[in-house]
Amino acid sequence: MPISFAKPNKPGLVVYLTTGDPDLATTREIALAAIDNGADVIELGVPFSDPLADGPVIQRASERAVARGVRLSDVLRVCREIREARPEAGIILFSYLNPVIRMGLPAFAQAAKESGADGVLLTDMIVEEAGEYLEVMRKNALAPVFLAAPTSPDARLRAIAENSQGFVYAISRVGITGKQAELAADACLLVERLRKFTSMPIALGFGISNAAQVRAVSCFADAAVVGSAVVELIERTPAAQAPQVVGQFVRDLLRHPPQ
Amino acid sequence: MNATATTTPTVDSANARRAGRFGVYGGRYVPETLMAALEELEAAYALADADPAFHAELDGLLHHYCGRPTPLYFASRMTEHLGGARIYLKREDLLHTGAHKINNALGQGLLARRMGKQRIIAETGAGQHGVATATVCALFGMECVIYMGEEDMRRQELNVFRMRLLGAEVRGVGAGSATLKDAINEAMRDWVTNVRSTYYILGSALGAHPYPTMVRNFQRVIGREARAQMLEQEGKLPTAIVACVGGGSNAIGAFYEFLGDKDVRLVGVEAGGRGTALGEHAARFQSPGGGLPGVLQGTYSYVLQNDAGQVATTHSVSAGLDYASVGPEHAMLHDSGRAVYTSASDAEALAATSALARLEGILPALESAHAIAEAMKMAPKMAKTDVLMVNLSGRGDKDIGILAREMDLKGAGAGPQERER
Repeated sequence: MPISFAKPNKPGLVVYLTTGDPDLATTREIALAAIDNGADVIELGVPFSDPLADGPVIQRASERAVARGVRLSDVLRVCREIREARPEAGIILFSYLNPVIRMGLPAFAQAAKESGADGVLLTDMIVEEAGEYLEVMRKNALAPVFLAAPTSPDARLRAIAENSQGFVYAISRVGITGKQAELAADACLLVERLRKFTSMPIALGFGISNAAQVRAVSCFADAAVVGSAVVELIERTPAAQAPQVVGQFVRDLLRHPPQ
Repeated sequence: MNATATTTPTVDSANARRAGRFGVYGGRYVPETLMAALEELEAAYALADADPAFHAELDGLLHHYCGRPTPLYFASRMTEHLGGARIYLKREDLLHTGAHKINNALGQGLLARRMGKQRIIAETGAGQHGVATATVCALFGMECVIYMGEEDMRRQELNVFRMRLLGAEVRGVGAGSATLKDAINEAMRDWVTNVRSTYYILGSALGAHPYPTMVRNFQRVIGREARAQMLEQEGKLPTAIVACVGGGSNAIGAFYEFLGDKDVRLVGVEAGGRGTALGEHAARFQSPGGGLPGVLQGTYSYVLQNDAGQVATTHSVSAGLDYASVGPEHAMLHDSGRAVYTSASDAEALAATSALARLEGILPALESAHAIAEAMKMAPKMAKTDVLMVNLSGRGDKDIGILAREMDLKGAGAGPQERER
């Protein structure tokens, strides 16, 4: 199933969640609320002990989830529950490599497909190392999504574009995940450079946290990815209210014109 | 699926996959943002390595500034005490800043200067790599930020003071177990954020390509010198070489020139900590209860982890060996059997520290004491004509606080051996 961001009069939106923070059932309910309020794709983050590409907010969420014993198999179960409840939504599994290696690439890909995931993004997997990974993705009809960075030269952008499916995830600025007041000038330039190599949708992430930024991104990219802002909101909201609060936040992100 | 997308991995050529591989281990597993920097580093290092002027400057500094060559010292009293193989110590502890770490910090510092980078970052466990990096930055007039786990800052406080005295900023890391692994995570986050202006001097033969190869090459001088010295002093190669293994840079530096000498036994010593259960040690090659192949901090190697792929916490009395993974070249040498890996416990390392201090008047770093402990087990079982070389990677001044606490040195000169009698 292709991942589609093409909805009239609405910016494309990807919402990242650290699965299992505060608990698995709440993550599921938050994902459903985000979808119902306009998120096109949910990135289900697999908590990892050493999230070296993440800023303090997602680090803390990851640490809490790991401490609760959340495993890759739990994330797959939540994925399946979301898929059963919302057949049309896009779901991407978002993980560091090691938990996937531990399960085994072929077993992981098969389980991901059975759980209804559309694709996979591995933070620390680059195209040069991706031979076996791409093969198991292909075998299971899953979309591999690679990251493209402002520092990536054209030859790398081409390889990233050619090996990604579903969409390409462009990183708005150099650095780790986290909120940021203004969009870097890097962002627009990177999306323009990527367009030379692909006609696939391009989602832009890192540092996007409010409606004005989502609207600004929609002028040049196909979707905005919002992660740390949502994870931080979940951190300071009681679990029982988190789905409703995140749903409202997502609706506000997409409000036109932004307030 | 998007019909226009090709499924052919265009840059996944056999050549690209071989770069930085040690058997199946090594490689590059990093966020895409770092890839341009790693490619730039790889190219700059290749140019420097092929440039005689670069080596001439490095060799000059290693000699005049650091004191190379380091002695290969025949430890006669320890030899006599153990009653077996003749024991030699390669005295990296006598280098400027007190450990082998300066070999690599100086090499990478020169490379950073060639690349025009003015801001240097590094991680440190025991503080020796941090001190070496801070020293090189002072020498070259560069800005220096060192990441160090808060637990390590506490137990290696003297080195924290030394780094600050040298003008470095030491940033404590409280995440995880607040040790070396967590310091590397934070250094990598800094690098991802400041990648355009910053050079990351990684301190061990770890991380993404080209680091494991580059760090090993800067440490090869240990084995190169030792091989010539051994031939001169003993007229033959050593029967065995013993070195401690945290990330593994001193060990690979000592082993590398001997890899082709099949009769020379190579023995790496990991931190056995205080038990064999996960979390109680840092013995990645221990079996059972050791590590499994996985990816941590950019490279594919053995990693101590649970069955969900979460990286385990580790324990060692020595901060420099207290790490969940190990350099990928060691993983290859382990699997091929060319090197064997064993472990020494906290208690054995402490006893070895005391023994070397009293028999030879040399106070080893707690890391290096793990190698001494293994030598003390091996030597009595070897013939008197055998030669056992220990790489004494660092000196123990930094550990005085730990030793005072662990050995109750506040009494009237009584070490643990006396108390046990």
